[in-house]
Amino acid sequence: MADIRNNFVGIKSPNPFWLASAPPTDKAYNVERAFKAGWGGVVWKTLGEEGPPVVNVNGPRYGAIWGADRRLLGLNNIELITDRPLQVNLQEMKQVKMNWPDRALIASIMVPCNEESWKAILPLVEETGADGIELNFGCPHGMSERGMGSAVGQVPEYIEMVVRWCKQYTRMPVITKLTPNITDIRRPARAAHAGGTDAVSLINTINSITSVDLDSFSPEPSIGGKGSHGGYCGPAVKPIALNMVAEIARDPETHGLPISGIGGITTWRDAAEFMALGAGNVQVCTAAMTYGFKIVQEMIAGLKNWMDEKGHATLDDVIGRATPNVTDWKFLNLNYVAKARINQDLCIKCGRCHIACEDTSHQAITSMVDGVRHFEVMEDECVGCNLCVNVCPVQGCITMEPLAAGVIDQRTGQPVSPVYANWTTHPNNPMAPKVAAE
Amino acid sequence: MTDGLYKDGIVSGRLAPGQYAENFADLHPPLDAHEALVEADRCYFCYDAPCMQACPTSIDIPLFIREIATGNPLGAAKTIFDQNILGGMCARVCPTETLCEEVCVREVAEGKPVKIGQLQRYATDVAMKQNRQFYERAAPTGMKVAVVGAGPAGLAAAHRLATYGHDVVVFEARPKAGGLNEYGIAAYKSTDDFAQAEVDYVTGIGSIRIEHGRALGRDIHLADLTAAYDAVFLGLGLAGVNALRAEGEDAAGVDNAVEFISELRQASDLGALPVGRRVVVIGGGMTAIDVAVQSKLLGAEEVTICYRRGKEHMNASAFEQELAAAKGVAIRHWLQPKRVVSEGGKVTGIELEYTALRDGRLAGTGETMLLAADQVFKAIGQSFDAGALNGSGPALRLDGGRIAVDGEGRTSMTRVWAGGDCTNDDREDLTVSSVAAGRDAAESIHRVLTSNGRA
Ligand SMILES: Cc1cc2nc3c(=O)[nH]c(=O)nc-3n(C[C@H](O)[C@H](O)[C@H](O)COP(=O)(O)OP(=O)(O)OC[C@H]3O[C@@H](n4cnc5c(N)ncnc54)[C@H](O)[C@@H]3O)c2cc1C
Ligand SMILES: Cc1cc2nc3c(=O)[nH]c(=O)nc-3n(C[C@H](O)[C@H](O)[C@H](O)COP(=O)(O)O)c2cc1C
Ligand code: SF4
Repeated sequence: MADIRNNFVGIKSPNPFWLASAPPTDKAYNVERAFKAGWGGVVWKTLGEEGPPVVNVNGPRYGAIWGADRRLLGLNNIELITDRPLQVNLQEMKQVKMNWPDRALIASIMVPCNEESWKAILPLVEETGADGIELNFGCPHGMSERGMGSAVGQVPEYIEMVVRWCKQYTRMPVITKLTPNITDIRRPARAAHAGGTDAVSLINTINSITSVDLDSFSPEPSIGGKGSHGGYCGPAVKPIALNMVAEIARDPETHGLPISGIGGITTWRDAAEFMALGAGNVQVCTAAMTYGFKIVQEMIAGLKNWMDEKGHATLDDVIGRATPNVTDWKFLNLNYVAKARINQDLCIKCGRCHIACEDTSHQAITSMVDGVRHFEVMEDECVGCNLCVNVCPVQGCITMEPLAAGVIDQRTGQPVSPVYANWTTHPNNPMAPKVAAE
Repeated sequence: MTDGLYKDGIVSGRLAPGQYAENFADLHPPLDAHEALVEADRCYFCYDAPCMQACPTSIDIPLFIREIATGNPLGAAKTIFDQNILGGMCARVCPTETLCEEVCVREVAEGKPVKIGQLQRYATDVAMKQNRQFYERAAPTGMKVAVVGAGPAGLAAAHRLATYGHDVVVFEARPKAGGLNEYGIAAYKSTDDFAQAEVDYVTGIGSIRIEHGRALGRDIHLADLTAAYDAVFLGLGLAGVNALRAEGEDAAGVDNAVEFISELRQASDLGALPVGRRVVVIGGGMTAIDVAVQSKLLGAEEVTICYRRGKEHMNASAFEQELAAAKGVAIRHWLQPKRVVSEGGKVTGIELEYTALRDGRLAGTGETMLLAADQVFKAIGQSFDAGALNGSGPALRLDGGRIAVDGEGRTSMTRVWAGGDCTNDDREDLTVSSVAAGRDAAESIHRVLTSNGRA
């Protein structure tokens, strides 16, 4: 049986599934239940400085988009950091950690961007017995208007500065949580690295407006007819998060920096993908908010089952395995040729592949053969773009089949070359070194 | 329980008074808004969708379902009515399991088609409850068209003609319009007087006048119509009933299924409608199923359908056969009626002969059996009653006993079109096919009326 115990920057947990800092981790009541359900760790809902706590809106704070059957695909929120007094949170954290010594408990912190504030809160947190801290530089709404959250996370110099303070004033491992609301995610990661962070976690939520009420013309969620941009998360953000994790994992400057992967993780498969791209563990928020804590049971069982099936004994056998396969477009092999193939036994004849290819791609799929409704790829037209695979409602019905070297590509009439050749040396590339003088 | 249940003979009030409403409630209760959204989400929006091809009226099904899914049921209703102005009734009565839903790719994939009929009902109900009319008459053309028969074919033709600005007069023999929608469809498929609501909705476009109690061949004649109108459309349906060709079939208690259903449909109190204790139905189509099921729902103790061929030959779809079985109707195959047994002029049983296929031909085996019955229903098909055409000037050409028409509904007489069950076209005898025939004939009439310079 695969061993999925996790050791993330020295913080141990029985599995790599942590709940991200958010409503599921806002109080002992929730966290106790989460641990009972099986979560390996939690990042407590972000703490603010001592004093009167922040206040939240008293109307709707979430918006959403849905897929078929009203599956929640993307959630957005305009919630702030914890609105409970600091002391209450600290006491509860201490108690929970005592009750659950084998689980990871991380304190998420966001205080004003000055040394005094950080210096003041760190000892209080340390006193709870928390295993580490996460610096919330990600929250994109509300707190950022007050110079915190993503207002810090968008300025690499600030990140580096705050991380330094934290490393200076606490012995606890420091995880820096990054905002995706930035053009190049490597910059804040490098800054955190330079400041001495033990790890980065990403992504926090993405600036968004989920919808507009077409009667009141208010953005959703609407507070008395007005709305504000909120932070977007859930399955819809997973591809963005995966890319950002990969960018940091393969950046020579941050290579090897531990990453806690966050963003849209809903199943064991999502989690495994994040880890394969370099995440040392994962954090989950929306999936728990959608289905409750129980989903972790599917995640644990699914991950183990897959690892057993593939012969991966520990998480280290998985983490980062896909990172070397992420490359730049210019290094992709232009001599690799694949063609779509439709499995006629699985085809249910909806015709979506045909119309997608016909109207928007390369006119490479039949709709009628000998007067019969029949969908088949014409290899002499197929460029292997994969659109048909993506629009087909039946999993595994259309597959991309690579052509072996030497086989004639019906579209070009040329045999498939066994030689790897990319754009950097392609004759059409004006920047490519010329092979020989004319 | 009431005493009526086990009373011999054909009697009324077999059930407790409250039971009838429950028995004859909607076969498929309508989808609510939530159910409609969930179901609409299942549609794949297929290319050149098979369901659309299977629909005799070619409704753009993926489009109307997408409109439901995006919160636009009125748009969905219009998409349906564009092709089929009786889309509301069709949604209730179409044997979708042999039409659109049979070829739904999700039927192919999972054996669970998108519930197209139910979604169609959802959208059309929304529009009809608001009495939302989507069509306006074009400027009046001054042309007059006579439509004979206010069944699905006649109504569809009348509506399409009205949209083009022609004046339409519908001559209908019966006191109510709707044809078999009003008098024939099983009660549990068309509840709450839907047929009349639909007639009002269809004629709501204006310039359609229905004259009731006016029968062709009795009160009016084809020659008069062709003389007085620019065009004539015949949607007469099938008025005749095939005979059993069994000895003694004149006995009291041997009844015509269609007539019985018609009485049932018009009954204001189902408890007052007499039905036998032991009912035998002869036939294998939709009518046989409908009369059997409704007899059972009225409280008949034993109802048996006898069909002279096998299960696979029955015209009634598998769904309908299952419906009958679920309601407690027994279906027996390979039996043909031989002799009606009666006492004192009243039927007491029916003798049936076993049949078999010999060299591809159906033949009696000689062996017989007897079923006790106090009521026997003939449901072995209707026929066209050409009597209505008698004395109508130059005779219309018939084919196979029905009016011969070409692909667009033209008969052998100029300016006379026909559609629906009364014709020999290759469409099935269904409500939806009759709607298609009426609509297409109206298009043909309009082309002819406007292409010779008179409009
Ligand atoms: C018992 C039964 C159940 C059925 N169930 C279904 C079902 O569930 N689903 C389905 O799709 N189809 C069903 N059908 C078939 C369907 O009802 C018919 O195919 C359809 O009604 C035919 O339409 P029509 O307009 O051609 O004829 P009809 O509906 O028969 O209408 C003909 C009209 O013409 C009138 N008429 C006749 N003669 C004259 C005359 N001489 N002068 C003036 N008016 C006249 C009649 O009174 C009637 O109003 C059923 C049929 C029967 C008998
Ligand atoms: C309602 C809500 C409140 C959140 N509050 C915080 C917070 O206080 N601190 C923080 O670091 N992230 C917060 N987040 C972001 C989540 O921790 C997480 O980074 C993000 O939701 C992406 O993960 P997911 O796709 O699994 O939800 C919040 C998210 C939601 C939905
Ligand atoms: S009219 Fe009948 S066959 Fe056509 S789509 Fe509607 S339910 Fe299906």
